[in-house]
Amino acid sequence: MAQMTMIQAITDALRIELERDENVLVFGEDVGKNGGVFRATDGLQKQFGEHRVFDTPLAESAIGGLAIGLALQGFRPVPEIQFFGFLFEVMDSIAGQMSRMRYRTGNTEQAPITIRSPFGGGVQTPEMHADSLEGLMAQTPGVKVVIPSTPYDAKGLLISAIRDNDPVIFLEHMKLYRSFRQEVPEGEYTIELGKADVKREGKDVTIIAYGAMVHSSLKAAEELEKQNISAEVIDLRTVSPLDVETIINSVKKTNRAVVVQEAQRQAGVAANVVAEIQERAILHLEAPVLRVTAPDTVYPFAAVENEWLPDAKDIVAKVLEVIHF
Amino acid sequence: MANKRHVALGLTDDDVLEMYRTMVLARKIDERMWLLNRAGKMPFVISCQGQEAAQVGAAFALDRNVDYVAPYYRDVGVVLAFGMKAEELIASGFGKAMDPNSGGRQMPGHFGQKKNRIITGSSPVATQVPHAVGFALAAKLEGKQFVTFTSLGDGSTNQGDFHEALNFAGVHKLPVITFVENNRLAISVPYDKQVASENIAIRAKAYGMKGYKVDGQDPLAVYEVVKLARERAINGEGPTLIEAETIRLTSHSSDDNQSVYRSEEELEEIKKNDPIILFGNYLKEVGLLDEEKIKAIDDEINRQVNEATEIAEKAPYPKPETLYDYVYEQ
Ligand SMILES: Cc1ncc(C[n+]2csc(CCOP(=O)(O)OP(=O)(O)O)c2C)c(N)n1
Repeated sequence: MAQMTMIQAITDALRIELERDENVLVFGEDVGKNGGVFRATDGLQKQFGEHRVFDTPLAESAIGGLAIGLALQGFRPVPEIQFFGFLFEVMDSIAGQMSRMRYRTGNTEQAPITIRSPFGGGVQTPEMHADSLEGLMAQTPGVKVVIPSTPYDAKGLLISAIRDNDPVIFLEHMKLYRSFRQEVPEGEYTIELGKADVKREGKDVTIIAYGAMVHSSLKAAEELEKQNISAEVIDLRTVSPLDVETIINSVKKTNRAVVVQEAQRQAGVAANVVAEIQERAILHLEAPVLRVTAPDTVYPFAAVENEWLPDAKDIVAKVLEVIHF
Repeated sequence: MANKRHVALGLTDDDVLEMYRTMVLARKIDERMWLLNRAGKMPFVISCQGQEAAQVGAAFALDRNVDYVAPYYRDVGVVLAFGMKAEELIASGFGKAMDPNSGGRQMPGHFGQKKNRIITGSSPVATQVPHAVGFALAAKLEGKQFVTFTSLGDGSTNQGDFHEALNFAGVHKLPVITFVENNRLAISVPYDKQVASENIAIRAKAYGMKGYKVDGQDPLAVYEVVKLARERAINGEGPTLIEAETIRLTSHSSDDNQSVYRSEEELEEIKKNDPIILFGNYLKEVGLLDEEKIKAIDDEINRQVNEATEIAEKAPYPKPETLYDYVYEQ
């Protein structure tokens, strides 16, 4: 076991998969000598050579498109999109092409591609570097959308994503890259995609979150504990497809739920979770299921981003609303 | 006395001194922003350093009363020449409400100022190029006499937007100048991993337009070719692609560390091509500057940057309640 940050755990997962399977290729802007703008691919080109880990021209549509070509030839491409705000440049490759590959070819082709990309706010990078765009991806059948919240999860989920035979969008919250360390086992292990994780057990209310909001939710749960409210915190880990079973089992136990997302409110993952709960467990609910989200504005200026982003205080307040309903 | 190249180009002594001052101002604003960044006061800086001659030479060749510019994040020299003020640039680095680009809503270096005809742009590289072509099409449709200038880095020419925009401009013979500031790096990735053609200017041929390669460390050479491109554009002779060969003196941005991918020797070597020193030398040769005058300009601009910093530091941040404004028309 070693103490690792999330970024180290990600590098470790990439190294393990590059070693294990020669079809794994890592490429993107600045991933070679520079080791990625966040150092996620640090040392990998040196270890595995330029034919396995390489810099691409500054052209995301080509990165996505050539990943598809490589995948159809039997490779397992793991491209990096430098910031997820540049999703739009690679959108057709994802939503128009790779997501439909299995379906449109009647299962004769598949696109085992893992697109890694940093995203998320709270690190003073406004304007398309901080957006949470997982909702757009979650509306795209055919891709899986994975968002780890801890170093341990990041490693196991990334290994699973690379081995998965369908395209996976693997989103890495920038604020979590180096914010804390955790014991991470050496060598390979996998965490099943599409499975949520109960990060804290509780009996009075279920808080459902993912990404950086898992940590805000855990902090909120500690606060609530002081008020004798026992909150269960579920980390979705995969936002599409959703692990409805884990969510519903928890809600049936606690009878109350709050769903948290960092993204803006409209048409988001949280709304989807709320809908699933209403459809499947309405008779178990003692209160409406409420959401904590960012407001429906464009990601704001740095000076107010912490005000704009949901935080533990907002979560505590929402939980109290459903408790005292 | 040495050959006064600028006179042959139709530039007065005052013009070239103004160009020099603009280059120095761009440099000193940039240096100040790095200091503020390293002091923890400014979250992010992206630099013009090394590219000032290309930027100022190009901007001075345009008609700064009617033309539009769609610059990219390094173009401090272009936006200064088009009327943005030192304090406005520094305020944008702080994300203050007085930032003319966006009221603190965008990253620093994402320029836009309607009154000075600086076309608003954003983070994804090369997106400004089709916008500029749109401006040029508007000029053609309405018979207006202005030229649109857009710039970008060499790596950014590999985006689909670049190709789509230049192809359109070529097809419709639009009055647009695309100016590539080729510093031979895109963050860490060198030119030969970005572009297979021997230079970028020759790509022009495929778009049915003129292409020129020019020494981007010489503002007069840049001035000359941009001036020519502007004349052609105004005369309905269509678009031009210009590649200015230049250097990046700093890391890509304050979040980058170029020592990971650039050698000490390379960094020493490029300093010899510092455009401010080179242009200063020319102005000395033609008798317009001497050490004393250079020092006087430096002192004057240091004062200006100090004052600008003070104004920007004192200026208020945007009010939190304005967070909700301008998502839709109100
Ligand atoms: C579409 C898109 N992809 C990636 C980025 C991240 N990025 C910002 S600048 C840059 C390098 C640009 O290089 P170049 O065009 O050569 O200009 P230079 O910075 O060297 O002046 C990259 C990759 C971006 N802003 N937009």
